[in-house]
Amino acid sequence: MTTPEDIIDTLSFFDSWEDRYKYMIDLGKSLPPMDDALKTEERLVPGCQSLVWIEPTFENDKFSFQVDSDALIVRGLLAIVMAAYNNKSSQQIIEFDIQNYFSQLDLIKHLSPTRGNGLQAMVEKIKQLATSYS
Amino acid sequence: MNNITALDNQTNAKRKFDIKEVRSDFPILNEKVHNQSLIYLDNGATSQKPQTVIDAIDNYYQHFNSNVHRGAHALSDKATELFENARVKVQNFIRANSREEIIWTRGTTESINLVAQTWGRENIGAGDEIIVTTLEHHSNIVPWQILCESVGARLLPVNIKTNGELDYEHFTQLLSAKTKLVAVGHISNALGVINPVEDMIKAAHQVGAKVLIDGAQAAPHLVIDVQQLDCDFYAFSGHKMFAPTGIGVLYGKRDLLDAMPPWHGGGEMIEKVSFSGTTFNKLPYKFEAGTPNIEGSIAMAAAIDYLEQFDRDGMTEYEMDLINYATEKAQSIPEMKIIGSDCNKTSVLSFIIEGCHSQDVGMILDQQGIAVRTGHHCAMPLMDALDLKGTIRASFSFYNTKQEVDKLFEALEKAKQFLM
Ligand SMILES: Cc1ncc(COP(=O)(O)O)c(C=O)c1O
Repeated sequence: MTTPEDIIDTLSFFDSWEDRYKYMIDLGKSLPPMDDALKTEERLVPGCQSLVWIEPTFENDKFSFQVDSDALIVRGLLAIVMAAYNNKSSQQIIEFDIQNYFSQLDLIKHLSPTRGNGLQAMVEKIKQLATSYS
Repeated sequence: MNNITALDNQTNAKRKFDIKEVRSDFPILNEKVHNQSLIYLDNGATSQKPQTVIDAIDNYYQHFNSNVHRGAHALSDKATELFENARVKVQNFIRANSREEIIWTRGTTESINLVAQTWGRENIGAGDEIIVTTLEHHSNIVPWQILCESVGARLLPVNIKTNGELDYEHFTQLLSAKTKLVAVGHISNALGVINPVEDMIKAAHQVGAKVLIDGAQAAPHLVIDVQQLDCDFYAFSGHKMFAPTGIGVLYGKRDLLDAMPPWHGGGEMIEKVSFSGTTFNKLPYKFEAGTPNIEGSIAMAAAIDYLEQFDRDGMTEYEMDLINYATEKAQSIPEMKIIGSDCNKTSVLSFIIEGCHSQDVGMILDQQGIAVRTGHHCAMPLMDALDLKGTIRASFSFYNTKQEVDKLFEALEKAKQFLM
């Protein structure tokens, strides 16, 4: 499974934006798609330009998430977020410094609420969930 | 500062439109983004500012900063003179009959809300109808929804045809004795389609309705003549026509403005205040409560001077040349579908690339230094009507070039390679 360290290593290895974006798009393509039946209004995270859905499951003290977006680069960003949060305990999720992770990846601007991609709202939602289960 | 009116300007020799020189008037065009030369194709959202506009703000704060209409001192007199000259400049720019018909606002949005909350509340009641179009920006929908909600009136949208053009026949079907107002955009921000406002104004007047034109997208592209149009209200923003943000204009016919109650209360808009009753100032001050955006007004006058030094029809021609060139190039990308075509339009290329999300395309263009807008363009009802989630909008101004159009298409090819 891809870890945050793998992603940091890979992305810092590229020196052109083309390679970085190709990698993110590949991550997006390899993110398992969500069942269309699950893509409901209730699972939608408020975004603006692109849609983001999330379906959390809590089992054996660990969270797992199904996530999806209608935009490919956002799917890539979701895969990057999932490397940090998927199959983790509430404690692990709460302790993970996502801001630092995204700034190391030089992707911090995508975590801004003004981006309108729903990513920030999704991260907030996951953290809230983790807090309520801890 | 000068007092040259538009009329004087017309008799003066015009500056030759030299694209190289024009580009050097706009310092931001030399910026780099993501280590690439900026290609700014988001003029529909806001325009860039020429050095003369930037200097006007600077000059105001360096030499004239003072409150207007108040101080009995030299600086305040000077600031007031510049501020009021700017009003006359705007009056001539849109060929209004008098300076009293020019109300300073923060922009189009505030201008429209002003009309909704003053004229609207006085003149629109239960069972009355307001007509807008499916092409409108949210700014020309929501203020009317709020009004309709509170007075019990109905908001009726005119349909569009599949090419993005207004369905004029539907408009005439909606018009009736119940119609109190037609609020329509001069040019659609999302598609660049020019609406037949002259005909709409005539038709609306025949049933006794008033007409408000949202001119936010027209002011930077067309020569506007409110008397010839015979519209009742005309709203526009400085920032889309090379002036700063935070300044805009509401034009209204004088008899209408005179009869309208004030909106915001405060200083400047009063004649006499007492606890037994307050009387209001005359036009245009009645609608200008509080300290205005003085430097914004003065810089707006500088933007008008900038535009009017050229033959404006020549600039429009130049912009049309760009959009025609871009439209032709679009034929080379089979997946590209232009939204808003085969109709009267300005220099806006709104499109989708089938199989790609607009936001993804926008992000890949951004990496290549190209600024476009993606999404619903504050026109969600329009996107719904076209069954689209959004479009990619390249909106051109007179400082853009064919080389930039070429770069846009190279960048789109790259986006396609990445995303498809
Ligand atoms: C057609 C149209 N109307 C209204 C507005 C709102 O203008 P402002 O935000 O300057 O008030 C815009 C700006 O995007 C517009 O394009």
